[in-house]
This record gives sequence, C-alpha cells and structure tokens, in this order.
Amino acid sequence: MSSTAIEIQSKRGVWGGGNEPLKASYGKLMMWFFLLSDIFTFTAFLITYGAIRVSYPAYGGEAADFVSSNEYWPIPEMIFDAVPFVHGGHFPLVFVGLMTFILILSSVTMVLAVEAGHRNDKKDVVKWMLWTLLGGITFLSCQAWEWTHFIHGTDEGAMLTYVNSLGNVVSETVYGANLIVNEYGPAPFAQLFFFITGFHGFHVTIGVFLLFLAFYQAAVGVYENRGHYEMIEKIGLYWHFVDLVWVFVFTFFYLI
Amino acid sequence: MAQENKSGLEVIPRDSAKIKKIWMTALILLVVTAVEFLLAFTMERGMFLYIIFIVLTIVKAKYIMMEFMHLGDEVKPLFYSIIVPLIFLIWLIIALFKEGSDIFLMRW
Repeated sequence: MSSTAIEIQSKRGVWGGGNEPLKASYGKLMMWFFLLSDIFTFTAFLITYGAIRVSYPAYGGEAADFVSSNEYWPIPEMIFDAVPFVHGGHFPLVFVGLMTFILILSSVTMVLAVEAGHRNDKKDVVKWMLWTLLGGITFLSCQAWEWTHFIHGTDEGAMLTYVNSLGNVVSETVYGANLIVNEYGPAPFAQLFFFITGFHGFHVTIGVFLLFLAFYQAAVGVYENRGHYEMIEKIGLYWHFVDLVWVFVFTFFYLI
Repeated sequence: MAQENKSGLEVIPRDSAKIKKIWMTALILLVVTAVEFLLAFTMERGMFLYIIFIVLTIVKAKYIMMEFMHLGDEVKPLFYSIIVPLIFLIWLIIALFKEGSDIFLMRW
C-alpha cells in the first residue's frame, strides 16, 4: 500500500470541475439545448405567420357570412370545418380539436412511460411506450387526412382573380390549395399552412421513429441491461416538445 | 410486483400519488383546450379574445414544461439557461409585427 497521500482540494467552486453543476447527463443537456434552438425556429415561423397576417386586410363582416377570397385573410374556423366521412359538413375546428386531444393524451402516456422508467419497471415502460406510439401514429394519420382535404378543397371552390405561374392574370374557380393559389385566402395563407404544420408534422414523424426505437429497445431489454431508462426520458423530452409546439400552432393558426 | 430480470435492476412499486398528479395535469390541459374551443364560438372575435387565447396557451405551455418535461425539477442554472434566452423572442415579436403593419399601410 502506498503511503503517499494525495490531498484533494476541497475548496473548488461549483464550476471548478469534477462535478456536475447542472445535475443532468450530457445527453439530457444536449436535448434541452436542441429543444431551445427548436423553440426559436418554431416561434420564428409563428411570428412570421403573425407578421404576414397583419400585412393583409382582415375580413370585416360577420363570421357567419364569411366568403373566402384572396383579398383578405380568412377566418380559420370557417376554413378548417371538415371531418372525415361526412362530406361537405360544417363542423368548425372539431377535427383539429380532436387532433389536439390525441397529441396531449400521447404526451400523458409518455410521462407515464418516463415515470415507469424511473422505477425500472420494464412492463409498464413497454405498455406506455406502445400507447404513445399509437397516439403519434394516429396524430400523423389525422394530419395526412387534413392535408389531403386542404389540397383538394371543397366542392364549391372559390371564384378568384390571381396571377398564375405563367405570369398571366386569370379569373377562374379555384379548388383546393397549392403554393401559387388557394381557394381559402391570399397565397401566403396556404404557404404558411404547408410550411408550419408541415414542419411540425416532420418533427412528429421523427418522434414516431424515436418512439418506436425506444419501445423496441425497452421491450428487448436493452435499457434493463444498461441499468437505466434515461433514453426514455430524453425521447420523452422531445415528444413533449412536439406537443408543446402543437399547443401554440393550435392557438395561432386555428383559433386566432 | 416482483419482476424477473437478468441485470438485477430492482423494480420500485408504483407511487399512486405521482401517477394521480400526472393524470390531474392531463385533465387540466384537456379542460383548458376545451375552454379555448368554447370561447372560439361564444365570444366575439377581437383583441380581447386573442389575449385570452394567448394567456391560456401560455398556461398550457407552463404545465407541459413544468410537469411533463420536469423543467421545474432541474437545478436553477439549467432552468434559467432554458428560460432566459426566450427574452429575445419579445423583440422578434415587436419587430416583425411593426414590419407587418407597415407593409399593410404601404400596400393597402
């Protein structure tokens, strides 16, 4: 046995090294800072939506008499009023409300999975991850339907005068939406719809892949052998963030 | 509930108080969403309603970040290093809304 004593300097500050000042693992910290950068990306999109919206006239009349035109910004509840299996019905915001509920519930099952992970309870982790995965896939399917309906449009369409892709001014009935013209409102309305809900949907898609990975690894016992379920926690952070963004998209795109 | 496992990880039994708290948070989120939904059809559209919507959204965001993402349970330096940078967004909101309304004045 060596007789040399190494004296450890006890007067070291929190940031002096040799400890974890933030009491979180590297992976979790990096997930948080990635999410912070993603918060900036999404808020920039939503603020852009607001800025472009106020640069167009608002619809002045009663909501009930709303007719869509590319002259003014539409009222979202009169645009997003379709539900699957009911052709031509008017159910304002019902479907998107349902989507919000699904995503919030899948966030809840995610917290339950994280909580089970803290308890090393493999059976519960697998169960709740499966529910979360199901919620994520359901949400994506709803969004696919929503996009399809948005692109194809209503039976009536809207009579619009606009500049087409060849640079000619045309007056015709427009059905649905693309990046040049849409029957709902000014062109940026559809562009922002595709961009913002599309970017969110892209995040959900990545989230579903990650959820599947976590579900699979938990089920085959990877985390059990590793000795901790931190991966569930990190993927959980990402998944809650996706829910958080949707809460804002719901307010700024569909309610206001 | 004892579980067989190779690595000898000890399974801690469920704490029903914790699980109840999670479901309570879920209930709050769903009720706030339902209230927003109702207000959208019962109140007249206008700045007042928009402010209510934004406040309710921030309430929901607070619950998601604090209860679901456990940001409140992290140490203070981590908490502030996530929250404080969001101050920059205030300027972004002011700048772009000014820009947007100026474009409106020029165009119409």
